[in-house]
Amino acid sequence: MMGFIVRRLAGMAIVLFLVSVIVFLVFNVIPNSPPAQRLAGKNATPVLVKSIEEEWGFDKSLPQQYLTMMEKVFNGELTSYEPRLPVDEQIFERIPATLSLSIGAAVIWLFFGLLLGYLSALKPGGALDRVLTGVAVAGISIPVFLLAPVLLYFLTYKLEIFPSGGYTPLSEEPWEWFTHLILPWFTLAVLSIGFYSRVLRSNMIDVMNEDYVRTARAKGLSERKVMTRHVLRNSLIPIVTLFGLDFGATIAGTAIITESLYSIDGVGNYAAEAIAKLELPPIMGVTLYGAFFVVFVNAVVDIVYAYLDPRVRLGASAR
Amino acid sequence: MEAVSADERGPWRLALRRFLRNRLAVAFLGLFVLIVLFVLAAPLWAEHVAETGPNQTHTLQKLQVGDETREVVSPAGLPIGPQWFEAGGKFFLGADSRLGRDEMVRLMYGGRTSLFIGIVSGLITTIVATILGLLAGYYRGWVDSVIARVLDVIWSLPVLLFGIALGVSLAVGGLKIGPLELSGGSIWVPIFVICVFTVPYMARPLRGEVLALSEKEFVEAAVAQGAGPLRVMFAEILPNLASTIIVFFTLNIANNMLFEAALSFLGAGVQPPNSSWGSMISIGEELLTTQPLLAIIPGTMILLTVLALNIVGDGLRDALDPRSKVRLEAHAGTVEPEGASV
Repeated sequence: MMGFIVRRLAGMAIVLFLVSVIVFLVFNVIPNSPPAQRLAGKNATPVLVKSIEEEWGFDKSLPQQYLTMMEKVFNGELTSYEPRLPVDEQIFERIPATLSLSIGAAVIWLFFGLLLGYLSALKPGGALDRVLTGVAVAGISIPVFLLAPVLLYFLTYKLEIFPSGGYTPLSEEPWEWFTHLILPWFTLAVLSIGFYSRVLRSNMIDVMNEDYVRTARAKGLSERKVMTRHVLRNSLIPIVTLFGLDFGATIAGTAIITESLYSIDGVGNYAAEAIAKLELPPIMGVTLYGAFFVVFVNAVVDIVYAYLDPRVRLGASAR
Repeated sequence: MEAVSADERGPWRLALRRFLRNRLAVAFLGLFVLIVLFVLAAPLWAEHVAETGPNQTHTLQKLQVGDETREVVSPAGLPIGPQWFEAGGKFFLGADSRLGRDEMVRLMYGGRTSLFIGIVSGLITTIVATILGLLAGYYRGWVDSVIARVLDVIWSLPVLLFGIALGVSLAVGGLKIGPLELSGGSIWVPIFVICVFTVPYMARPLRGEVLALSEKEFVEAAVAQGAGPLRVMFAEILPNLASTIIVFFTLNIANNMLFEAALSFLGAGVQPPNSSWGSMISIGEELLTTQPLLAIIPGTMILLTVLALNIVGDGLRDALDPRSKVRLEAHAGTVEPEGASV
């Protein structure tokens, strides 16, 4: 196990390095204009551009520029220029909102995804299965930027069931925090609910054909026990990996759009505002931190998975 | 009785018959064709019905409806709502914002952009992924390692986040790689961004198929007859990939359209004055309380197009190879094609 962890963390370090190089290339090398000009923003004065050029060392060699960029990022010196604000401070103070949104959505998608998947696998092809399949397909197909306006318009403005957009910190008003987040949670969770219920359903149907399930039935276990103790349990293992990958990808993906749609002032909204102004330093910070977070979560998930399923770590060491 | 055996009809005709028997897929193919015709009719509608362009503003203009005069944009800055045919088709869906642009005209032209980006990036992705898959799967060794590593790294990135980063960075600076030169506002920028991040999702499964196919006897036979690597890859292996590629291409267009919509919604995709369904939603969303259709209609167009492509893609998969389980991996914010199989 120790060996696996060390190997996995070493792999993570390499990926982190590559990710940082890609971020450097994306922002400072690939585009076709002076980098200082781009970082300074649209309305920058020549003086500002000049000072950025010196600060970032854009006249030096590329490896030197890369090191300067990483140094700035890790010392928290990355700043946005209009207005002049430290990027990492701006990001860190918005993390609670983003985590509230993502963790809540993850709880909802796991609960409903697994529930719907379990129910439809009980009787594949039955009436319930067909209804739930329809629900899942609808959930997978509807894009967040359609779902959110529809929910907001009908449930917030027309029926006034939910408060409109915004975010209240959990520590201030727990109830407000909860009611403000219900719609965003569901918006973010709908796609995964559909997807997870399909995955669990097909996993369960596969497992149901295994010999040990027949054995369990032959022993005289009740159908309920067979389904929960044997079928469901064994079908959940692949879901763990899937969840780890999706959780990171959701925070660094759909959550940005969801935050922007519901004006939740999280990291995603910070990025969205910077995009609207075509302001690069905040996007650089969010991309780098976001990618680091995703890579880190994936490594943790792999380690947890290896702990749960010995075949993984043994297989990996045999390779 | 004259019996026509199955093999005399050829696999393509058999596949066509199987596809036509799938009524759901045929119905959604019809829907997709309607959507394409709708966006192709944009200049006709703009010129003869709406008598305006997608970017023409009508801020101070008044509209004659029967005996009534209506302002396109109210003094408070609110655009006019849907007029349907009351004003002879002008402002059929109302105006888009305080700029007073005709929403229907914008919907048709925006759809052109969305579909164009989806289809062109789908084509480029498919061609590049096929070539990479063939090279990696056929040559193996270091060629495979290099290609696989590069694809792995791109694969491990959060797609939307890096799509945004590259999209914004190029929108500000433009792009120049050798002879390829793009200005920041060009719609080729989002196409480029989409291709960079979707190629791995198609190249990896294709490489796997090429690996399996190059073990087959017909490849050995071709090599024994003296066929060179190019001949083997493109004349022997490629035809066997055709059905997989067709399915991937269809599903990829749907994925790419969602990707483009997400980028454009955030402002990292299509740049003004161009617009797409995604950027229309972000403009419409600001007036959600008073004119909800401005956000909901382009969103519905995206939903219908993507759903149609996914169902057609699934139908093609079933028709071309009933046993195959080819599928594109889902990535952040996009539709898992498998889900569309009802």
